[in-house]
Amino acid sequence: MSETSDSRGRAVAKVKPFLEELEAKPFWANLCEHKLTDYEWKQLSGRGIVYSFVNYHRAWHPSYEGKTPYNVSLVDLDEGPRLISNVIECPTEQVKIGMPVQVVFEDNEDYTLPKFRPA
Amino acid sequence: MSNISGRYAVAGIKASDVDGFITNQPLNDAHRSYAVRMANMARMHPNYATDLALGGATPIAMVQNAVMAIEAGMANTVMCVHARKRGTPDPSPGNPIRHGDEHWEEPWGHFSAVANHAFAAQRHMYEFGTTSEDLAHVAVATRKHACMNNNATMRKPMTIADHQASRFICEPLRLFDCALESDGGGAVIVTSAERARDFPKKPVAILGMGQHHPHFSLMDAPSLTTLGGKKSSELAYKMAGLNPKDMNFAEIYDCFTITTMITLEDYGFCKKGEGKDFVKNGRIEVGGELPVNTHGGLLSQAHIEGMLHVTEAVRQLRGNEVEPERQVKNAKAGIVSGHGGSLCMHASLILGAL
Repeated sequence: MSETSDSRGRAVAKVKPFLEELEAKPFWANLCEHKLTDYEWKQLSGRGIVYSFVNYHRAWHPSYEGKTPYNVSLVDLDEGPRLISNVIECPTEQVKIGMPVQVVFEDNEDYTLPKFRPA
Repeated sequence: MSNISGRYAVAGIKASDVDGFITNQPLNDAHRSYAVRMANMARMHPNYATDLALGGATPIAMVQNAVMAIEAGMANTVMCVHARKRGTPDPSPGNPIRHGDEHWEEPWGHFSAVANHAFAAQRHMYEFGTTSEDLAHVAVATRKHACMNNNATMRKPMTIADHQASRFICEPLRLFDCALESDGGGAVIVTSAERARDFPKKPVAILGMGQHHPHFSLMDAPSLTTLGGKKSSELAYKMAGLNPKDMNFAEIYDCFTITTMITLEDYGFCKKGEGKDFVKNGRIEVGGELPVNTHGGLLSQAHIEGMLHVTEAVRQLRGNEVEPERQVKNAKAGIVSGHGGSLCMHASLILGAL
């Protein structure tokens, strides 16, 4: 686990300029005017709040067998974008809408996922 | 009444008269040009064909597309067919169509329509104080109608306690908040009112149509408690020159109980947040203020992505085709909703008796 200063913060940061453009201009302007190189990496605070959440009582994928119930949350980052992620390090029944959370990077064998814990 | 009132109609007809053919795009296996393939298998040679992919808004979009094809002079009589095979396992699974957001969802264990709608239910509970027991009233009323329908899958009466005892699938939604998975199909024919007079079955008029699609990705949804149905129904009411009070019944897309509740609010039958009270005390049952899903819906009749909501509305307006105990008395007009994707797509249709 590592904090937001980790270079892996890029995974969270990349969406931000894209969404700003979407809000500022009609969608075709984005499609017409911008190349992928117009986007830049931007460091985010890693803070957010829970917009909504659910508890899975059924495993749709074999890797979740025996891990139910587990939380999936919609997290609104302080800078704007909304992510689908998990609130971890917290019993599922204690997750609430409006709860402040902080990113935690979960390292797996060949990939890293931004998840969230209570702030 | 609008300028299209009475010009197009849904009616019974001979296959040789059909010159337009519209199907859904099958989700469980990617097919190219499915409508043309189906028309060919039926030995039809249409002048107009297309397949549509708006999820549960597709059957209504088919009818709307048929009207546009007729209006444009490309076809006279259009067959709209929607079929689905989800109730039994496919012996040779194909290539399911993916929506493109999976890489933002599946690594965190997010799968399925039920979870997307559970997010909406959780927000509705947070914003308006709705409870799981409030949602149970939708499931129970819908089941009552299925019990009166000889062509319904679930015909065992359900109580609020049965709903509350059913297991969580994706909390806060329980098993009995969820639609069935079904094998089946349905079809409607759209033609001009002039031609419809020559057909054997009594036609109904298409009075109003609307669509609205406020987002695609769940992460871009401007709201999870007001959906595309608000704008879509406003467009349909405007075209029809009618308002919610003119509707004698509503066939509301009910993939989950929360979808019924949100759509009833969005369609103006009650204020936003008051759906939890509106669905109680028999108000949405046959004989009540606004009978809803008089066939048993996706929850208890069968899940054909809403095509059976369209055919049920037609039957109600013909007045002599459903079991008498679930016939809405003096049904003159009704509204049908279609809802698809990650709560992102919506289509509305207002039909009237001729």
